[in-house]
Amino acid sequence: MRSDPPTQPTDPARPPLSRTARRRNQVVAVTALVAVWVLLWGTLSWANIIGGLVVAAVLLAVFPLPPVTFAGRVRPLPLLRFWLHFLRDLVVASAQVAWLAVRVGPTPRSAIIAARLRVNTDLNLTLTAEALSLLPGSLILEADRRTGTLYIHVLGVTSRDEVERFRRGVLELEARIIEAIGSPEELRRVRETPADREGVPA
Amino acid sequence: MSAVAVIVTVLLAAAGGLTLTRIIRGPSILDRAVATDVLLAVIVAAIATEAAYSRDATALPVLVVLAVLGFVGSVSVARFAARRNDTSTSATSDGSRR
Amino acid sequence: MSLDVAVDVAASICLIAGALLSLAAGIALVRFPDLLTRMHAAAKPQVLGLLLVLVGCALRLRTGVDITTLVLVGAFSLATAPVAAHMVGRAAYPHEDIRTDLLVTDELAAHLDRVAEEREHSAAA
Repeated sequence: MRSDPPTQPTDPARPPLSRTARRRNQVVAVTALVAVWVLLWGTLSWANIIGGLVVAAVLLAVFPLPPVTFAGRVRPLPLLRFWLHFLRDLVVASAQVAWLAVRVGPTPRSAIIAARLRVNTDLNLTLTAEALSLLPGSLILEADRRTGTLYIHVLGVTSRDEVERFRRGVLELEARIIEAIGSPEELRRVRETPADREGVPA
Repeated sequence: MSAVAVIVTVLLAAAGGLTLTRIIRGPSILDRAVATDVLLAVIVAAIATEAAYSRDATALPVLVVLAVLGFVGSVSVARFAARRNDTSTSATSDGSRR
Repeated sequence: MSLDVAVDVAASICLIAGALLSLAAGIALVRFPDLLTRMHAAAKPQVLGLLLVLVGCALRLRTGVDITTLVLVGAFSLATAPVAAHMVGRAAYPHEDIRTDLLVTDELAAHLDRVAEEREHSAAA
């Protein structure tokens, strides 16, 4: 075990949303729901769009979403880089798990690893956890929202070195997500603390 | 294309059989839930392959329903198992984990 | 070789690769020692296998309406699979049979102990 990380546990930033931020969230939600509705019908027509708007309005009124603070902005190039990297990881990890399944040999060993993210917002925690659990070989057991720590079950780990390497991998994944959609302030924090110095649980 | 269909059918049938043995052997209800999820994925692959083979899109809405339903199924089983564990053990840490 | 044949070959490769991943998941489900490792196996046909099969299907069907449906199937699965996995993993961790002898390290156990300790502390105060 290494020493405690320099920062104290902090609550995720949850400032009350301004009117414009709330309006923007609603616009995003309605657009997404209408898009799903149009995709379901498969044809782009005025009837579908109006029907989708009605359904979206009913859904948002009946099942309101918890507010999401999104302070950053979307950067297309890093986003593309994130997706390409994710697809590569997906193929590699799937092949590795498949190989572990069919090879002859001892039962694979695994580990439960705590990875403390540098940017503790709900959005970042959720996206990193989603990406990790979509990859075979890593599985989210628990997410501590107070400290922004993910507890991950990792398959096919045999040594402490590999544990540390995986922890660095998680932080690099977080950095790619922040590069794609984080705010300038979050981006600065990620760049200030490189992946090899952080991520030890408090 | 029909050779491909035969290969895929054999592979998926073997996968489905192995998954069924896990569903039968258990041992816990969560093992069965996970195996059922995999069986669902195999069924989705089979339906999609059939649609690709016959170039017939009739079955595609079924895939949409399955994609959503499988999720509902395993979430409710997990909730059921978690609640049963809460009441059957002394629940030292679980209250704070909700 | 015409374009049509090439696309069909690509579709076949996608379909067979997806089926192979499903088979590997079936083998893993039977061979892996405990629930958590089996869940890793389950993620494989649900994510990459499904995407490959859907791409293969889209390459064969090649009409706008069907492709939008396939995109929806992929989006729904990718959005929901992690939620289901997290729920199952969370229900499983302290209770079910986990082969702790096969774990290199368990940093969650320390965390849960700490949480329990804090709760006792606040209850005593």
